[in-house]
Amino acid sequence: MSGGGLEVDEKAAIEHGLTAEEFADVCRAIGRKPNLAELGVISVMWSEHCSYKSSRAVLRDLPNDGPRVLQGPGENAGAVSIGDGLAAVFKIESHNHPSYIEPYQGAATGVGGIMRDVFTMGARPIANLNSLRFGSFDHERTRYLVSGVVAGVGGYGNCVGVPTVGGEIYFDRGYNENILVNAFTLGIVQADRIFRAEASGVGNPVLYVGSKTGRDGIHGASMASTEFDDETEEKRPTVQVGDPFTEKLLIEACLELMEKDAIVAIQDMGAAGLTSSSVEMADRGGVGIRIDLDKVPKREEGMTPYEILLSESQERMLIVARAGAEQQVRDIFDKWDLDAAVIGEVTDDGFLRVLSGGEEVVALPVGPLANGAPIYERPYAQPRKQAELQRLSLQDIPPPGDYNRTLTRLLATPNIASREWVFSQYDQFVGGNTVVRPGSDAAVVRVKGTNKAIALSVDCNSRYCLLDPYVGAMTAVVESARNVVCAGAEPIGVSDCLNFGNPEKPEVMWQFREAVRGIRDACEALALPVVSGNVSLYNETEGRPIPPTPTIAMVGLIEDVRLHCTQWFRNEGDLVVLLGRTREELGGSEYLAALHGIVRGTPPWIDLGVEAAVQQVCLQAIREDLVRSAHDVAEGGLAVALAECCISGPEGRLGAEIELEASIRPDAWLFGESQSRILISLQSRNLTRLREVAAAKDTPLTVLGSVRGNRLRIGRLLDVEVSELHSVWSGALASLMAEDGVEAG
Amino acid sequence: MMRCGVVTFPGSLDDADTLYSLSEVLGVEAVPLWHKDRGLHGVDSIVLPGGFSYGDYLRSGALARFSPVMDSVVEFANSGGLVMGLCNGFQILCEAGLLPGALVRNQSLLFVCRAAHLRVERNDTAFTNSCSEGERLLLPIKHGEGCFVANADTLERIEGNGQVVVRYVDENGETTQAANPNGSLNNIAGIVNEAGNVFGMMPHAEHACDRALGMDDGAKFFRSIEAQLARGNAS
Repeated sequence: MSGGGLEVDEKAAIEHGLTAEEFADVCRAIGRKPNLAELGVISVMWSEHCSYKSSRAVLRDLPNDGPRVLQGPGENAGAVSIGDGLAAVFKIESHNHPSYIEPYQGAATGVGGIMRDVFTMGARPIANLNSLRFGSFDHERTRYLVSGVVAGVGGYGNCVGVPTVGGEIYFDRGYNENILVNAFTLGIVQADRIFRAEASGVGNPVLYVGSKTGRDGIHGASMASTEFDDETEEKRPTVQVGDPFTEKLLIEACLELMEKDAIVAIQDMGAAGLTSSSVEMADRGGVGIRIDLDKVPKREEGMTPYEILLSESQERMLIVARAGAEQQVRDIFDKWDLDAAVIGEVTDDGFLRVLSGGEEVVALPVGPLANGAPIYERPYAQPRKQAELQRLSLQDIPPPGDYNRTLTRLLATPNIASREWVFSQYDQFVGGNTVVRPGSDAAVVRVKGTNKAIALSVDCNSRYCLLDPYVGAMTAVVESARNVVCAGAEPIGVSDCLNFGNPEKPEVMWQFREAVRGIRDACEALALPVVSGNVSLYNETEGRPIPPTPTIAMVGLIEDVRLHCTQWFRNEGDLVVLLGRTREELGGSEYLAALHGIVRGTPPWIDLGVEAAVQQVCLQAIREDLVRSAHDVAEGGLAVALAECCISGPEGRLGAEIELEASIRPDAWLFGESQSRILISLQSRNLTRLREVAAAKDTPLTVLGSVRGNRLRIGRLLDVEVSELHSVWSGALASLMAEDGVEAG
Repeated sequence: MMRCGVVTFPGSLDDADTLYSLSEVLGVEAVPLWHKDRGLHGVDSIVLPGGFSYGDYLRSGALARFSPVMDSVVEFANSGGLVMGLCNGFQILCEAGLLPGALVRNQSLLFVCRAAHLRVERNDTAFTNSCSEGERLLLPIKHGEGCFVANADTLERIEGNGQVVVRYVDENGETTQAANPNGSLNNIAGIVNEAGNVFGMMPHAEHACDRALGMDDGAKFFRSIEAQLARGNAS
């Protein structure tokens, strides 16, 4: 079917995911009814995925400015200054819907897409992270999805030559039918060589570079803007197929071209492909754009304008070049054996005009396409069962009979066990910058040519978010910040990936608003800008939304890479010290969920002032070289954190002797997840100075014991050989994956 | 001074890291070589780096061997030049017939990335003369197709000739099953050709040169080449 002049009606618009009101808006904005190709373009540009129509009004509250910010939200990725004339460019993005339908390709193309967002800005990608959520292991698809997604993340990242240095993975039955795959990329660029996607210069040529266009992924953006139902399997053809080999060539060709003076603007063809890249580039520059589909490199014959415009074939970029630089672009892409074709030019009429076979098949004003989608102030309401969910009586919960066994069981739960089975499938070394590999609180990558390094962490505890989305989202921010602080880094920037259910439901919208409020308050308290991010809504199947999951990616700066820090104990005889205070808080804990089957209560409270102080004390202590290790206390509480300090180091394992501070229930002291706590080990001669640093910030400091022997002893309650702790912790995930028949990824 | 060429094929990934380790960490001259270019620019040794040349789409290393530069590499090797292939480079050397055997999918069917202990079986080669015999080294491995296989005759010949240079071992230096990350026959991690001037191994020497990144045993392979060249490479 050609774009032609045939007008479409409201019925066709509704089939394309628009509402009747939106279709009326469209007709008003363009002064007539669109044809089919135009409807295709409009429907993807106005989809939730591209227009943010449900979330935009709420997101305005997030802080996104600060002295380091070079690029905030609105571009392909955010950028913050790291000094020395360099910038860190980063973003986290979801690829949830495709990954559930086709886990390997869904995850792979998620990784490919986020890397393009970063090198589009001129930055060489130097590290990938990911945040994954799966259902429980008793669900039939979980193993298949885990092995497929992990293989896809690795299959793409490993082949492109960007190391995967960290991430997180959680299992919860709330994700049984809606897994989450959030991918993050960090790149480094000279601050004065950041490229943007703002078309300008009437008459400048528009070039298409990279892979040829095929029929894959058509309407992926619209698919990601609806819920799943029993016909979801039939949506497999909307998932794109990745080619990491071409992506590697594309990275090298683009970065080589960026060293020349040829590019005016450049953008990845991501969701909604050629359509969104041309519309968004034209819109940012306040210009028009004309493209000729006959000149687009194609994989197959007979593609209609509709298909070419909406294809989400991967590894493609759109470039506005300086007039006269066409040959320079072609030469470099020739060298890398990639297509480069002039397919159009920048115009002055503010219209997207698309030609096919010499005829104009699309003529739409750019402004309404990019910004004309209605902005919805969706109704919101606290779920009626929220108060009930938060009710928790500790009296009804018997304390453990055997604390040793409680600890070993916790260490073997899927949410706490070692992630080695996952990380060992990712290339962690390529690039030659990885200072701290996966397995500590934060990954650390050095910045070549400087003494600096970047610490990275992604975090979200969605159980907390389910119980209280405001506190849960705050926790995601402060905990990811605490993670990079534990590596010796100052947190300098945030990218957020907001994964929620159907925003048309007031309860989901309430969760969303509360989470954004939590992110805002935490970021303001820690002076952190949110410079990039992504919203993924409609994560629900047959009416059941996922737990709210506002994933936070944190970027921290280490001025002197030699003063970075890791989480594990390093020397026999060192003192073990706790910064922060342990309260009787068991609500939302892994202990209650995994061992008592209780998901209720209120998550641990956060005092943002106390949190900031604890982080400042820890950072100063690391910078003064006072400490040998620093570890955030998180899921599983103090006992699990201590065990991790004993067993997670790459070289050998060390025991510890810890005194029990029994002013509260022992299980709350051991397994409660009070926030704003950091475990430190240090030589005893540095204790006096650490006390001074802590006192200056009114931060509680408790000497818990010392690193000693080959057993973890906590008061009279707990006494286990560290080799046993290591054995249950390190093997748990692999054995869970090996049970039953796992389909190979 | 050593003048080492590092080949970039489309899809090579560790080429830049090899160049960096050679020039910035080890302080020797490193020369980038391009796959479309037959010229070797006067190098005295060549590294084929890791990565996924041509996406490894047909079979690891199968397409890279047909690159124009490989004609020159084969000629260089046949005239006694020192050639070291790391990971994908090892796979390419096998595909090009410069080394015996082949590398197939890991027994686990999973990509594996971790630090691996190696035992130096021979320290009288051009690539390991800076090690002591039986020395235990710690190097990163990262590959999906690193399982070394050969038919029985070939394996017997490789072992009989002492062509096995490094094997995967455990912390105690033993060639256990558990220490074998990919199912390689006889825990073989790296071999030389009969003439002793072509060496391939799966572990990444280039990612273990800089103490700041945790491991530095890989430097010994490059230092050995340097020492061999200083002696006039009388192979």
